[in-house]
Amino acid sequence: MSADTPALRLDKVTKRYGATTAARDLVLDVAPGELLTLIGPSGCGKSTTLRLVAGLDRPDEGCVSIAGETVADGRRWQPPEKRRVGLVFQEHALFPHLTVARNVAFGIDRLPRGEQRARVGEMLDLVRLGHLAKRYPHELSGGEQQRVALARALAPRPAVVLLDEPFSSLDETLRAQVRAETVGALRETGTTALFVTHDQTEALSTGDRVVVMRDGVIEQADTPQAVFESPATRFVASFMGDADFLPAHVHDALLTSEIGVVSTVPGWGNVDVDVEVVLRPHEVALAPDPDARAEVVAVEYHGAFVLHTVRLASGSTLRSWQTHAVRYPAGTRVAVSVVPGIRPTLLVGDHAVSEPPR
Amino acid sequence: MTVTAAPVPGPRTRARRGAGSGRPAWSFVTFLVALVVASPVIAVVVDGVLNGREATMPRGLGGMVVTTLLLMTGVGLGTLVVGGGLAWLVTAYRFPGRDVLVWLLVLPLAMPAYILGFVFLSTFDAAGPVQSLLRDVLGDAVAFSVRSLPGAIVVMSLSLFPYVYLMARAALVEQSPTTYDAARSLGAGRRRAFWRVVVPLARPSLAAGLAIVMMEVLTDFATVQYFGVKTVSVGVYLVWKGSYDFHAATQISALVLVFAVAVLAGERLMRGRARFTQRGGRGAGLPAERLTGAHGWAATLACLLALAAGFVVPVIRLVGWAVAEARADPEAFVDERFGEYLANSLAVAAIAATGCVLLSLVMSHAVRIGGGRVVGSAASVTTFGYAVPGAVVGIGVLLVFAWADRALEALGVPNGTGLLVTGSVLGILYAYLVRFLAPAYQAVDASFAKIAPSMTLSAMSLGAGPLGVLSRVHLPLVRPGVAVALVLVTIDAIKELPIVLLLRPFGFTTVAVWVYQLAAENFWQKAALPALVIVAAATVPVYVLFRQIRATDRRDARER
Repeated sequence: MSADTPALRLDKVTKRYGATTAARDLVLDVAPGELLTLIGPSGCGKSTTLRLVAGLDRPDEGCVSIAGETVADGRRWQPPEKRRVGLVFQEHALFPHLTVARNVAFGIDRLPRGEQRARVGEMLDLVRLGHLAKRYPHELSGGEQQRVALARALAPRPAVVLLDEPFSSLDETLRAQVRAETVGALRETGTTALFVTHDQTEALSTGDRVVVMRDGVIEQADTPQAVFESPATRFVASFMGDADFLPAHVHDALLTSEIGVVSTVPGWGNVDVDVEVVLRPHEVALAPDPDARAEVVAVEYHGAFVLHTVRLASGSTLRSWQTHAVRYPAGTRVAVSVVPGIRPTLLVGDHAVSEPPR
Repeated sequence: MTVTAAPVPGPRTRARRGAGSGRPAWSFVTFLVALVVASPVIAVVVDGVLNGREATMPRGLGGMVVTTLLLMTGVGLGTLVVGGGLAWLVTAYRFPGRDVLVWLLVLPLAMPAYILGFVFLSTFDAAGPVQSLLRDVLGDAVAFSVRSLPGAIVVMSLSLFPYVYLMARAALVEQSPTTYDAARSLGAGRRRAFWRVVVPLARPSLAAGLAIVMMEVLTDFATVQYFGVKTVSVGVYLVWKGSYDFHAATQISALVLVFAVAVLAGERLMRGRARFTQRGGRGAGLPAERLTGAHGWAATLACLLALAAGFVVPVIRLVGWAVAEARADPEAFVDERFGEYLANSLAVAAIAATGCVLLSLVMSHAVRIGGGRVVGSAASVTTFGYAVPGAVVGIGVLLVFAWADRALEALGVPNGTGLLVTGSVLGILYAYLVRFLAPAYQAVDASFAKIAPSMTLSAMSLGAGPLGVLSRVHLPLVRPGVAVALVLVTIDAIKELPIVLLLRPFGFTTVAVWVYQLAAENFWQKAALPALVIVAAATVPVYVLFRQIRATDRRDARER
């Protein structure tokens, strides 16, 4: 396989369960060594995508290929045991009747005994559990079980590893640490990974790219920055972080809304159109002003920051992060503006626009 | 009669999403098993419909139908009063010995009706000790026969009441305490709350228990013959064994099937459209009232009476006979044929158990690796054989063999399988498979249900094919279920009498058949030892039940 052969390719993959379409025309290339996070509300099709890649379900249309080899299309279908796909589950799914070492060796039983032992040792060292090789799964902590599950999935050198919400069964304090270790192990082995999560922060901080799904459709697949700063749709904007939407107008490259001039829009010189502007709380600035028509209606203390909810004269609300020292009580009249220098996302309908609509 | 037949009514387990999208070979095997299990019943239905006019019905068929109805109604009422009453007693009251009696009352299940029947006859018939005693007291005029329909009703009620007892108790224990509390808070007294709330809520469970009892009554054609009671199942047996009239036997077994369907329909009707499952809820619930003094001892006595009549006294009688037999003739105490018959019983039982468990494993595994709803339905089709009376299964197996013969002859094999007229052990094994696949599959499947689908998926993604997943992951993890299934089927098969009587080849005798033959000829003393062997074996699954009941009791105690 050449260097630019994608480790995983979905080409117009569609899967229906009865009347519901769980995945529709999915198109996705994952480069070797890439770490992709897959996020969306429940029922968005992320688990279906995982099942299609692992070979647990057959696509109704389209083609799945792994490391250049077509594993599912109209004619061919490879069962899961023939695909080079590793699986890591939320509930770990270690074999309770086998020791840690034999769990890890499960997928490499066709190798000679000596190679098996070497590979098991290598994998357990990778997740720093060499000393627990003889233990049984029930004798391990949740975090240790998670690491064994990863070592077991990596042992047969899969072309791609699928992780299905692997950290959600761990408690909060442990989660960040196990996540860092898991990502470290994946990076160290150069493993391609597809990582399902429902935690927006986790998706943004972990993946090289983030794939946002809804209703069986990929809404956006891009770098974390791009997904957060230039969401492709209204859904992505509100799902990946907090966002408020205000009716706005572009005239002669100037974006104005109820709160005044928001920004300039280069390249939109000769247009005069209505749009909506996406404003995130950290982009909204407040200043107390007894004569202003906007009013603080709610204040939430979040520790480092204080979230203010402001009702504008039109009745629309905006949220604004203020540093923890700033606290305008409810009822305070405030002047609302945007933080200088931002380039907010503009929506026409439910989709973001980057150039003037015709 | 079988201990495992007690399906606790409740929400049906939803079809689990399989791990994977299925494998044609495994799905095909499941369909094949379903077809094999369903064939005898299909054969009876098809043959019954096609050849209905040709058959000459035996005389007295109308009487058989009436007798069957009377017997089923009588035993139904008897088990309802005894089983339901005792369940109420041990749940609503505390009295001396209650904690032990609550599970000892299941013991009569280990006493097959065909054994209880002859002990009853020997004790109460004209020549028995009870009537002799009465004659000593009241004079020689006392002489009456208990070989009658009421006698059969009493014996079968005593042997089958634990089914109703178990179902009723489960229903009473599982009732949400809040319902009872609500009734009380709405002003209903204890008695009124019982009749207006507790009993109606227990109705589906009582119906399920009664359905099992009636199926057992319908499947029996051995015990009733002691009592000269001719049911439709007896009709099948007599017609087949008497004249080998295939069409007539099929017609009557189709009639038996109609009875069975009526019982199941009746159960559905009793259950009604209402859903009776109740979820949790905290509260005192039905408080167990402490009975003191004479009332307490009366309750103890009631339980002891049922236990004595259904288990203890018969066992004492049997032991007494066995000892007397040993004293009288130590040489001939253990009949030389006993070893052979026991070996027959064990061999047939072991093969049946192994076969049932293997097929259960294959089916559970096929469902697990994802055959979808159709394969799941095929697997559940295999469990219905349990509800089909023995006479229907027996004649159905013979019909299938007859068809196989005809097919083989058409292909040029002279005499086909040659299995038909003489009867064969293969027929017995086939019938056992139809009857006993259900308890085996349920036990194995219950173990499978405890394996998370992700376990199966992990194994597959690590390169294990369907067979590898079965041998390396599923099999080690379902060993407990496999063990339970093996024990249950083995013992069911050792106890089974009607199917063997109907299908056995000339000269093939099992322990159960031997007991029956000796008892039918009034050789009670000789029948005692083999009967005790069967009772001892049948105690094993009852012990399994004990442990389940004790576990639920402990859980209750913790929750209260």
